[in-house]
Amino acid sequence: MDFKDYYKIMGVKRDATQDDIKRSYRKLARKYHPDVSKHADAEARFKEVGEAYEVLKDPEKRAAYDQLGANWKAGQDFRPPPDWDAGFEFSGGGYTRADSAAYSDFFESLFGHGFGSAPPTGARGGFRARGEDHHAKVLIDLEDAYHGAAKTITLRSPELDAGGHVITREHSLNVKIPKGIRQGQKIRLSGQGAPGFGGGEAGDLYLEIEFRPHALYRVEGRDLYLDLPVAPWEAALGATIKTPTPAGPVDLKIPAGSSSERKLRLKGRGIPGNPPGDVYVVAQITLPSADSDQARDLYRKMEQELAFNPRSKMGV
Amino acid sequence: MKTELLSGIVLDERAELTLGDLCRACCQHAEWIEQLVEEGILEPAGHNPAQWRFSGTSLQKAHIAMRLQRDLDINLAGVALALDLIDEIESLRALVCRLESQN
Repeated sequence: MDFKDYYKIMGVKRDATQDDIKRSYRKLARKYHPDVSKHADAEARFKEVGEAYEVLKDPEKRAAYDQLGANWKAGQDFRPPPDWDAGFEFSGGGYTRADSAAYSDFFESLFGHGFGSAPPTGARGGFRARGEDHHAKVLIDLEDAYHGAAKTITLRSPELDAGGHVITREHSLNVKIPKGIRQGQKIRLSGQGAPGFGGGEAGDLYLEIEFRPHALYRVEGRDLYLDLPVAPWEAALGATIKTPTPAGPVDLKIPAGSSSERKLRLKGRGIPGNPPGDVYVVAQITLPSADSDQARDLYRKMEQELAFNPRSKMGV
Repeated sequence: MKTELLSGIVLDERAELTLGDLCRACCQHAEWIEQLVEEGILEPAGHNPAQWRFSGTSLQKAHIAMRLQRDLDINLAGVALALDLIDEIESLRALVCRLESQN
């Protein structure tokens, strides 16, 4: 396993005071808190900082960590020396937080179950705890939000086996995706999180909905945006044309004199709900290519007969 | 093997949770939830705690409040401020996204 340099993670010197460590922890915790930070690896960094602080804030653990020596470099292959914690008097069990299973193997090897001589708090009789909540993302297609769907999701969760080792368990759930669900919404499945201990309730499972990018539509809340190519004469003269919507093609009336980027609303054709969303069709005037004599003649004829200067407002 | 089809509740404005539901989902005492209401972090419908109905977004807010309080050691007034700012940043980000996709 890799050696972890908790001082480096915390951004402090090895002789930093407890106050320095606390200050630095507060700063980093605010910076990488997953609810606040948009850093891509915020969660991993937050956990790492939490783990480092767990050791450095506790003078006993810190002293034990320090006597491993200053010569270790982060990432170096590491095995704790035998009886490395002998001679320290520990007041508590190794774990001081319920979620220490989330800490690294490096932490586990030093401060795991055997650390100090006090029994882990979880082993006492009569201990009951609710299971942890689990969180997962579900990728769905826009069409699933229109019609509703059933999705099989596979979750991988770390669990402790009978011997106290962390193992990854996979299990599948078949979940109903209700019609009208939106990007970013959460579905709560009570009792589908981690099992409780000692007869405690199971935790809940929270699923966050994420739409796969769609080839045609851009989704905003319940509304959809669609860039629709329109011929110049359709935009100039007005026309009724077919446009796709997720529920099937519909007729759309383009008013005469429409400019490019003109937004046309198809009321109630967005993601179903109360009220349902709308589809916004954004006209993209598309020029026929001048790749034949006939096409070139038509363009020349327009040039000669329309006296059109698109830059007249610019005074040129 | 036939797997059972699970349906959950969507945590949106329409979801209705009682004080008890919220306590269980957050593993917290009712007093803690009452403090969030006093601070204006949660705004349930109903006049007294027995009648309170919380939306699904309240549950998400309560979870964030719990984590901020635990991890950053900030008091509830600070949590309320952080939540307001997170909301504001999110709506600004959405606006930036919209403007960028138009260009």
